[in-house]
Amino acid sequence: MMQVPFIEIKNVSKTFISHKRKFEVLKGVNLDIEPGDIFGIVGFSGAGKTTLIRCINGLEMASSGSIRVGKYQINKLSKKDVNVYRQKIGMVFQHFNLFDSRTVYGNVAFPLEIAKKNKEEIQERVLKILNLVGIVDKKDFYPGQLSGGQKQRVGIARALANHPSILLSDESTSALDPVTSMSVLDLLKDINKKLGLTIILITHSLDVVKYTCKNMAVLENGIIAEKGSVKEIFENPQSNTAKVFIKHNAYLANAYFSGEGIW
Amino acid sequence: MVEFFIRLFSQETTDIILPATLQTLYMVFVATPITIFFGLVFGSSLYITDKNGLYPMFIFNKTFGAIINAVLALPSMIVIILALPLSKFVVGVSYGPKACVIALTIVCTPIFSRLVESSILEVSKGKVEAAKSMGASTFDIILKVMLPEALPSLIRNFVVLTITLISITAIAGTFGAGGLGEVAVRFGYHRFRTDILLAAVLVLLVLVEGLQLLGDKLSKRMLKKRHLI
Repeated sequence: MMQVPFIEIKNVSKTFISHKRKFEVLKGVNLDIEPGDIFGIVGFSGAGKTTLIRCINGLEMASSGSIRVGKYQINKLSKKDVNVYRQKIGMVFQHFNLFDSRTVYGNVAFPLEIAKKNKEEIQERVLKILNLVGIVDKKDFYPGQLSGGQKQRVGIARALANHPSILLSDESTSALDPVTSMSVLDLLKDINKKLGLTIILITHSLDVVKYTCKNMAVLENGIIAEKGSVKEIFENPQSNTAKVFIKHNAYLANAYFSGEGIW
Repeated sequence: MVEFFIRLFSQETTDIILPATLQTLYMVFVATPITIFFGLVFGSSLYITDKNGLYPMFIFNKTFGAIINAVLALPSMIVIILALPLSKFVVGVSYGPKACVIALTIVCTPIFSRLVESSILEVSKGKVEAAKSMGASTFDIILKVMLPEALPSLIRNFVVLTITLISITAIAGTFGAGGLGEVAVRFGYHRFRTDILLAAVLVLLVLVEGLQLLGDKLSKRMLKKRHLI
């Protein structure tokens, strides 16, 4: 077992240079995430959510500041160590990113093949994980045969295969219908409970956060505008983003329940 | 007219066309796997070392790309002539089907490298991201993700490559490579034997059409298996 995962993000900035222009996406982000938490990060499009999550698993290196995950100091890892580290971080994507050339079984086996596990080990683990996410009957199907919800279950199974200590979810339910989306979120909650996994959930939907997360942070133009428990923030939003989000939600709900309709 | 068509299938024509066909098939069958191997390696390295690739190496990428473009830009006839000394060095002679294989490989490898590169580029970036996020090495990403994902498109490009190879053997035929190209030039052009020219063209046409059909079928079957069409 790995050391207790505890994510510590200190003063992280990230600047992209494109066409000789600088884009400051993150401007000094500070964030601590406790082990076993389901942590939500919300913000408008372009707030820097995806960049932040990509800095956590080393797909992007922070321009300045430091990120520590468990015993790993991300910005000091060599290329080889980054790959070893990433094998312990699962990631789930909005558009699933499954491999069309592999069956469901083959997709979930991929991270284990990368980690050079032997065949028996792989088979045992894959079947166990497919059982956990409830798609073991589809193991010989190709991704092209699955619905969105099923695809995301495969995506989650693939992310969990190699015993990660953290699961990063980048808008994992944004491409799904509300009912499927809820069942995927239920699955994430279930995994969190059963495996004690830390989950970081990026989303632009407050419903997702309200339904799933314990703690949350609001990202606004590359800085953390506020953070705290989901309950606190919903009861007393401080940041502009949170206020707009919550007001917008309430407006839609009011309009609906008052029978006036939205238009 | 009728006589002409009878001559097309006469013993004389067969005696000339059959050995030439075998020579052409020999050249294509030997040159294809070699070209596919180098094309896959070169195409993948172009993709990997690109500035947005998995392992950016700017100077290598530009130099290598320029060399490939240079060979591409040269008329294939010139490349074949330039390859003659090399053929002599490797196989001992500078004429005949064996020597021609080397020239064919040099002409076709750059074409196929670019085809492989474009096939790999068609694979969605999200899949690369996913493989990277799981800690896959560059080598694993190419071998286990990019090439299998690009396979249906690669098969189509294999066909383009093989057809190109057949047409280049015809050009090489004028430099003593043998095969159907040489027959077409020697008999059809120099001796005004239109019947033999036509027979050679017919055989080439059958080869090309057959390959195209086979490739389309294979590629389609693969897409069907993956439920992508």
